[in-house]
Amino acid sequence: METRSYPYAIEMRGIVKRFGPTLAGDHVDLAVRKGDVHALLGENGAGKSTLMRILYGLYHADSGEILVDGRPAVIRSPKDAIAHGIGMVTQHFALASPLTVTENIILGRTPNFRIDMDAAHAQVQAAAGRYGLEINPRAVIGDLAVGQRQRVEILKALYREARVLILDEPTAVLTPQETHQLFTELRRLQQQGLSVIFISHKLHEVMAITNRITVLRHGRVAGNVETRGTDERALAQMMVGRVTRPAVKPPAVEEGDPMLRIADLHAADAKGVPALQGVNLTVRAGEIVGLAGVSGNGQSELAHILSGTGEAGRGAVRVGEKEITHADARAVMAAGVGRIPEDRHAGVVGDLSVEQNLVLEHLDDFRRGGMLDHKRIRSHARALIDAYQIKAAPGDRIRTLSGGNMQKVILARVLERAPAVIIVAQPTRGLDIGATEYVRRKLVEQRSRGAAILLISEDLDEIMELSDRIAVIYEGRIMGELTGAEATTERLGLLMSGVAHAALGAEA
Amino acid sequence: MQIRIEHRPSPLWLRTLIPAIAILSTFLLTSILALLVNVNPLEAGYYFVIKPLSGRTSALEVLVKMTPLALTGVAVAFAFAGGYFNIGAEGQLYAGATAATAAGLHLHGVTPWLALPIMLAAGFVAGMAWALVPALLKVRLGIDEVVTTLLLNYVAIFGVSALLNGPWRNPVSQWPQSPDIAATAIFPRLVPRSRLHFGFLVALAVLILFWFVMRWTAFGLRMRAVGLSATAADFAGIPVPRTLLTCALVSGGIAGLAGVSEIAGIHYHLIDAISPGYGYTGIIVATLGQLSAGGIALAAFFLALIDTGAQTVSRVLGVPVYLGDVIQATLLLTTLAALLLQRYRIRVLHATSRSAEGDA
Repeated sequence: METRSYPYAIEMRGIVKRFGPTLAGDHVDLAVRKGDVHALLGENGAGKSTLMRILYGLYHADSGEILVDGRPAVIRSPKDAIAHGIGMVTQHFALASPLTVTENIILGRTPNFRIDMDAAHAQVQAAAGRYGLEINPRAVIGDLAVGQRQRVEILKALYREARVLILDEPTAVLTPQETHQLFTELRRLQQQGLSVIFISHKLHEVMAITNRITVLRHGRVAGNVETRGTDERALAQMMVGRVTRPAVKPPAVEEGDPMLRIADLHAADAKGVPALQGVNLTVRAGEIVGLAGVSGNGQSELAHILSGTGEAGRGAVRVGEKEITHADARAVMAAGVGRIPEDRHAGVVGDLSVEQNLVLEHLDDFRRGGMLDHKRIRSHARALIDAYQIKAAPGDRIRTLSGGNMQKVILARVLERAPAVIIVAQPTRGLDIGATEYVRRKLVEQRSRGAAILLISEDLDEIMELSDRIAVIYEGRIMGELTGAEATTERLGLLMSGVAHAALGAEA
Repeated sequence: MQIRIEHRPSPLWLRTLIPAIAILSTFLLTSILALLVNVNPLEAGYYFVIKPLSGRTSALEVLVKMTPLALTGVAVAFAFAGGYFNIGAEGQLYAGATAATAAGLHLHGVTPWLALPIMLAAGFVAGMAWALVPALLKVRLGIDEVVTTLLLNYVAIFGVSALLNGPWRNPVSQWPQSPDIAATAIFPRLVPRSRLHFGFLVALAVLILFWFVMRWTAFGLRMRAVGLSATAADFAGIPVPRTLLTCALVSGGIAGLAGVSEIAGIHYHLIDAISPGYGYTGIIVATLGQLSAGGIALAAFFLALIDTGAQTVSRVLGVPVYLGDVIQATLLLTTLAALLLQRYRIRVLHATSRSAEGDA
């Protein structure tokens, strides 16, 4: 890789981007040195992705300029970006899953009408070897694990002669072991002169892999520091603009009664493929049980069944003495289950108002003489808006709320009925730090009240911070259970990648 | 300079302006047609929307024309609000008209206090029955209701035609029209020396009921939730299939009432042109009225006005009567365009601003 005397691979100067009334980019400057892994750190909605989409030609800046190797560059489309040596790997991979690795990599870059597949395989193999990325070119994408697919995406970018690689939250879909592997590969690529822009909101990862860090907050640059000269606390403060407080969990009370009992539960996913293959799990009153696992290992199906919106097969789910295995949402709620869905947009009707969404699950309680009691619906909303610090008016369409406020509406709707069991999935996904802290504090409060809480999350930090016990799900089975004290990232990671508990014990 | 279209959330005040914007642009667009035949657009506009209201007879005639439009408008809106796209109001109207005729033929000597409810019930049930199969196919098998309800319109229309050319052919005149219904089954006139009949009151009652259900009942709110997001409604414990089925059937029933009203209020016998497309115009009415009772009443009134005005314009100015149809169609298009465009705005970028794209 050619290295000219010019020190910066990419410079973005004074980038402004407006979406309606919001400024997603407010005169942002970013300079990435050649051969650096440069972190772009910030909360959700801070403008990281917008900035990178501008660099990759997916969005167009309202003003500002981009320099590649010190020369002004016009980037109107991803094609231009690729021509300038910029590659991007997003969280949603752009790979055709029935095709092989080689086919995906050469797709759109085949010089002739006929393709010499053997030569192409050899080329891809050679490239993989050169960059130190372990990949079988003949493997079909659909058969690969998420981490391997990401590797294919990286190789695809490098094959197109990328000298700057944008990685958008690359570790969000990986197990801790896969993350480790990715970091090893990135360090090797860095030594070959590749520059990497690493988008993340996970502080310890940023500290581990990057050389320099640009922090964004509300579309502005909040800090620009050398990694070795800073620490996680300082970074968090730059991200949020204040000191953060983790949820403080009081010690567990004595063992409560088992409230939620799942026995040998089976289920199929939408395509009819088995998603749950004999799940056994018990959650007691006054405890939070975390269910960890890599996305797509049956968590969604389990959450749906427990919420009354899924289709269970064999097995049984009991709340107290009531069986809810095949119950619908209404019956599940009647059994005393509160549900916070993984996709909050599927839990509220966006074009109905806040007050309507707050009563939608229990409309019959808000009638007088057969008619809706609009007065009580309004006062009910006002009380909850107050109690849960929701920044909205009762009549606002819920679609217009921020993710944090929308989640607070769902929390309010569920928690004000003091359910005995709470099923909560991905409760803080996409929320900013303030809202995340709030949601976690509320869950801990519910635990103190004596609720049995099943916390399904792909965020390991969240699981470890909140859970009294942690179960790990892999391919629709519970691989093992650890107490909060036993759990470490490494142990959970092994379980998440399907290594059984026994092996774990032997190793530990 | 560069012009760009951007997405933006629509402010609420804009929604209320949409009908006005649509009507104004319709006037401008159709003015071109008027000018082509050497007619002053303002004069044509006068005859279309002002003249009909200036005389007692023609003003009442507007209300007569409004009656079936308000009924099919509510029928369509009831279904659309629940997310069930019933395009079959036309066929359901024919079913209602047929059942009302069948009932009316056998109501000789029955007191109107009994005869009229029987007529209405017959039409409502027939409309529901005609809506039943597509609704079941949708709820049970997920078969798209737009296609099935639309195609059943033709079955109904040709079915009526077959009936009139076969068993129900008028024995006296030999025309393809049924015998007249019993005198006691005929809707009473509301105003002497006009065609305004009891059906208008039925339409008003249906409008008020629709408003009541949507505003004051738990069912109305559940139905809207299902229409806006079936997933979220299901999550909230609302029985989505049952709600859809109810929507579809009630919608069909109301469309059936429009058929009853035309038979018992206007024609007194079944003919195969009982509706000049009221079921389809109902879609325009529901859309223009943005699925609200007040909006539907206004839209039905306005379209009836144009319909009446078209007769006058053609008589006075010698413009083809089809100009009325063109105006109605244009109005639907401009309304849909306005509804879509309210979510966007146009921005003009000037080359003077330093741009990352380097365009100039």
